[in-house]
Amino acid sequence: MVKQWFKSGSPWIWMTGGAVSISLISVLGLLAMIAWKGLSFFWPSEVVELELNGSVAKQTVIGEIYDREMVPKTRLEAAGYDLSAFDAEFIERILVKTGNREYVELDFRWVLSTDIQKQSTPAAMAVFERSKNGNFYGYVDHVVEDGKVIKERSVERLYELVERAVDLNEEALDLQNGEIGHINYELERLRLKEKGYVLDNALTEERVADLQAQRLALREEYKVFEKRLFKLRKQAKRDQVVVRDMRGELVTLPIYQVLDVWFPNDMGTFSKVGHYLSQIGKFVSDDPREANTEGGVFPAIFGTVFMVMLMAVIVTPFGVIAAIYLHEYAAKNAVTKMIRIAVINLAGVPSIVYGVFGLGFFVYMLGGSLDQLFYPEAAPSPVFGTPGVMWSALTLAILTLPVVIVSTEEGLSRIPSSVRHGSLALGATQAETLWRIIVPMASPAIMTGLILAVARAAGEVAPLMLVGVVKMAPTLPLDGNFPYIHLDRKFMHLGFHIYDVGFQSPNVEAARPLVYATAFLLVSVIIALNITAIGIRNHLREKFRSLEH
Amino acid sequence: MSSNPQQPSFKTDRSRLFKDRFAQYGITAGGVMVLIALLMIFFYLLYVVQPILESAKVEKRVDITLQNAQQYVGIGVEEQTEIAYLLNSTGTVDFFQLKGADTGKKLKSLVTDLDGQVTSFAKSAPFLGQYAYGLDNGQVQLVRPSFLVTFPGNQRVITPRLSYPLDGQQLLVDDQGAAIERLAFSHFEEKTAVVALTADKRVIFASFTAEENMFSGEVEWVVERSELAVDSRIDELLMSPDTTRTFIRSANQIYIFDTRDASEVTQIQILAANEENANLVGTTLLAGANSLMLANDNGEVSQWFEVNTDHGRKFNKIRAFETSKNSNVDIYSEFYRRTFFTTTNTGDLGLYYTTSQAHLWQGKVSDGPIEAFAVSPRSNAALIIADGKVSVFDIHNEHPEVTWSALWQEVWYEGYPEPAYTWQSTSASDDFESKFSLVPISFGTIKAAMYAMLFAVPIALSAAIYTAYFMSSELRRVVKPTVEIMEALPTVILGFLAGLWLAPLIETHLPAIVALLILLPLSMIGTAFLWTKLPERIRHLLPDGWHSIVLIPVVLLVGWISFAISGGVEEFVFDGNVRQYLTNELGMTFDQRNSLVVGIAMGFAVIPTIFSIAEDAVFSVPKHLSNGSLALGATQWQTLVRVVLLTASPGIFSAVMMGLGRAVGETMIVLMATGNTPIMDWSIFQGMRTLAANIAVEMPESEVGSSHYRILFLAAFVLFIFTFVFNTIAEFVRQQLREKYSSM
Repeated sequence: MVKQWFKSGSPWIWMTGGAVSISLISVLGLLAMIAWKGLSFFWPSEVVELELNGSVAKQTVIGEIYDREMVPKTRLEAAGYDLSAFDAEFIERILVKTGNREYVELDFRWVLSTDIQKQSTPAAMAVFERSKNGNFYGYVDHVVEDGKVIKERSVERLYELVERAVDLNEEALDLQNGEIGHINYELERLRLKEKGYVLDNALTEERVADLQAQRLALREEYKVFEKRLFKLRKQAKRDQVVVRDMRGELVTLPIYQVLDVWFPNDMGTFSKVGHYLSQIGKFVSDDPREANTEGGVFPAIFGTVFMVMLMAVIVTPFGVIAAIYLHEYAAKNAVTKMIRIAVINLAGVPSIVYGVFGLGFFVYMLGGSLDQLFYPEAAPSPVFGTPGVMWSALTLAILTLPVVIVSTEEGLSRIPSSVRHGSLALGATQAETLWRIIVPMASPAIMTGLILAVARAAGEVAPLMLVGVVKMAPTLPLDGNFPYIHLDRKFMHLGFHIYDVGFQSPNVEAARPLVYATAFLLVSVIIALNITAIGIRNHLREKFRSLEH
Repeated sequence: MSSNPQQPSFKTDRSRLFKDRFAQYGITAGGVMVLIALLMIFFYLLYVVQPILESAKVEKRVDITLQNAQQYVGIGVEEQTEIAYLLNSTGTVDFFQLKGADTGKKLKSLVTDLDGQVTSFAKSAPFLGQYAYGLDNGQVQLVRPSFLVTFPGNQRVITPRLSYPLDGQQLLVDDQGAAIERLAFSHFEEKTAVVALTADKRVIFASFTAEENMFSGEVEWVVERSELAVDSRIDELLMSPDTTRTFIRSANQIYIFDTRDASEVTQIQILAANEENANLVGTTLLAGANSLMLANDNGEVSQWFEVNTDHGRKFNKIRAFETSKNSNVDIYSEFYRRTFFTTTNTGDLGLYYTTSQAHLWQGKVSDGPIEAFAVSPRSNAALIIADGKVSVFDIHNEHPEVTWSALWQEVWYEGYPEPAYTWQSTSASDDFESKFSLVPISFGTIKAAMYAMLFAVPIALSAAIYTAYFMSSELRRVVKPTVEIMEALPTVILGFLAGLWLAPLIETHLPAIVALLILLPLSMIGTAFLWTKLPERIRHLLPDGWHSIVLIPVVLLVGWISFAISGGVEEFVFDGNVRQYLTNELGMTFDQRNSLVVGIAMGFAVIPTIFSIAEDAVFSVPKHLSNGSLALGATQWQTLVRVVLLTASPGIFSAVMMGLGRAVGETMIVLMATGNTPIMDWSIFQGMRTLAANIAVEMPESEVGSSHYRILFLAAFVLFIFTFVFNTIAEFVRQQLREKYSSM
């Protein structure tokens, strides 16, 4: 009977069905995992206070519980733990993020659950998010405001002081990046101008005097701003908070380093949600800190969007023109067919190959020539002869060109020829037919191609590593300095950020949640784009199906 | 102007026609340009790669007739190859202009400060650019022609000078004051040593250390001497630049001394190094000073270097080069690369590269014997003294290290115990022997792609078959885009998950992975069997083609069980640690980021590609074929295997091809999920380095135009061609199939 059942092929059908289940589970599981790990990072998890005694000396450990795992007892015993008092096969191990990086050796530590004597979540436990050395956990003892010790209502006062320091720091940063950055930029431009005159043998007395005068004016301005900057910084450094940490010692934290303070154990669900949302807001709008392992990803988001938009501007006209040529103008023969296959196949060429091409052709060849022609004064430091956002956009434009061509051509071929014939029969020229009838009808297809191209470009990292992405860009490619758009600058990218923080950072454990969050951001953007593209395409198909009948 | 109102006006039409023409030409030009731009990728890659395929060229630039050619013993040229210098036997150095209007003019004659009569002359390793005169009072003077480059009025001016590496102090090599007949020396990075043969046939090794007098600030030379015991006549002396090895040629024998420590000079080996039926006539050290080049009077040149043997490190003969059939061959090495030149007394010049065993150029450059030879610091020019004149040659030899055999065959590199496939492109030192074997990284590429396909093909094809043939259409509308959306997932995310989540997970739960492999198929069949036992009422609740949904909880459960029992299995079967068990019992090395991780992660990236194309192929098999088969009494499965799959097989083939193309070129996953070590081992528990990852790792650091840069371009070109050809085949097959279906 079983033999017959096997012969009927039914088990094999089930097996193939199983493959679908596995695929589905992996896709959805993967997305769910990224979403969960990425989003849960911002939730203000409670901070536990553990009293340990047993295989370690009696001590208190304060921190967030990060991970739990079961470890065979034998392995622990082999590692030198004395666990003779327990007879379980497996013993639970807890990973605690203890923070306070400058006072303990490691800000993560494994704790055996058997060692925990007492576990509590005291309401007075404070979490300090700092601009240096990561989080700090402890109890607020008192606040020092302008040298005066404040013990009464110190927490309320602390909130106000933190807010004041954050505002002052922000103001100082704005001044530094805005006005002072502008002066430095202008000074550099003057230097290049002078060098340009020297190279042209056109440096007259007048010009020297003029440059000197401009320089002096800028320096004067600079002094004023510098004074203001120092004043702001001094003001920000005024206050301190004294905290009792897990060793029981009082630690003085300068408030200007504190970015935020909260009491997770004392929060209701409502305030937790509020905190959660504000943390997400900070993540997408802040600059990264501490070698990208903390803070936000704003420059990476900005760089990705800017580069992709630039790419879209380049790729759309060229892709559409090539597709229209292939479909409307090129002779319908074997050569066209071969070209079409070749274009389709270019989409399958590894992206790193495009990166190599971009580096050699755009950066070194085109960029090098541009520098020689237009920026001789900047030598020996290259302007366009080095990886930058323009070359990245161009490289990705070539990479995504096949996507746009294929999608547009598909759109064009779906337009029934009766429409074309009708237009031509009414006396319109081919160009008019194209411009008034065909292109508008194909516009959703062009849109689809563009969205797919953008989705592909946003996720590509390998070619960008060669043609312009950096782990830390000091300036955005768009700012208030003339000419406002700086296509020669390097930029940050979400995908590269994931690679860099996940694999090149010194403290991978601390950075991991951030990487998940970044990954979630990137995945959601790309999937949203793809779903939009699929939606448009399906809509388009329906539309033309009705046209055909 | 009056016009006939009866005649219709074509004015507007003309402008419309013009616009139409304009659009036609504009779009055609634009379209063709875009296509050419895409084509350019191919040609640009080829353009960058092409120089490595070119052979070396030697072209004569200029001849300068000399007054008294016999007096010159040494020759050299400065870096820009604008000025040559000739040293004569009495210590005078003459400088000649080699470029510009004054070509051939003697610029200057400078005289070396010498305190004594010159009895011998020696030159250092080429990259040091030093020369030494041995004197009749047992002393040695070092001198170095140097060049001051200034830019008065943006014009480059090179002024020749003589500089003294030891501040003009002569080294007393023989404290008995005997004349020095032959010598070899080196002064490099604080180390100074001379080995000399005196007139009374003693061989003295002397090492000098500079010590600054604490009070006067003067430099004093502290010398340590020892005599080397060589009984027979002495033909040549050689010293490695770092002064650790001294070579003495005595007829056909090479005595090798360890001169690391002047007070403890030991003889380490005596080589009988001549070829059969031949005698040694010349020796020289190759750049990097690890290899000894020996010339025989039958024209054969052999390379020897130290290799680890049972008796310690010994010099071994590695390879031989057939040069011209000439009994009088001299060898000269380059500054940093492993290129060497041979000259003969009949005016022949040969150009060779040791690592790639390449014979790069051979030709007659003069009628008379070549007396002296020198290569320029940038290896782009050579000078010879022959026939009473100096001849300057431009040498185009940018990429001698790249040959077919160096890229694809086993090469015996310096210091290696045996020939090997090795990729090691750069190192900190200038005279590093680059190892450009593409074999390990091509192997890595194939290995990664293979493991990925091993994982992806069964799942993707089965899923495609089920989705296309068995699945209910409403479910298919959801499942297909869901799986396809995975294709859009950035690979950097898959790579990150593979490296930071999957790799540690597999490391700690290895038994679970094995268990999954066994339990998953079993559980599916088990479920299928149990399903037949269920009462029909329940079975019919589920519409046809929903098997996958039933199996989802089963798969999840099996997955959970596998991971739950993993620790226990490890505990009881593998003594608590699978990694240790693998290493100790099976002798397998276990890397955390290994091929298994890459296979799963990259398989994941490939599944949607294969799935999507294969599903399309199976789905578009005309329904009347399968219906006919079913009507004739075949079961669903029989119809699938014998009719549907057979018809769709070209499409399935093209799906696998496309998947393979993607796996071969994938960069980020391999970069992040392996250790990127270029090893050659099929083991599933070890990593690899692929072509694509190699490019991503090394390209940003490689110097533009160098051999390394061009080889990376070659790797990109190979990837391009490979994927392009595979995809073209796949696409072609698919189009054929589409035509076949439409005719059915």
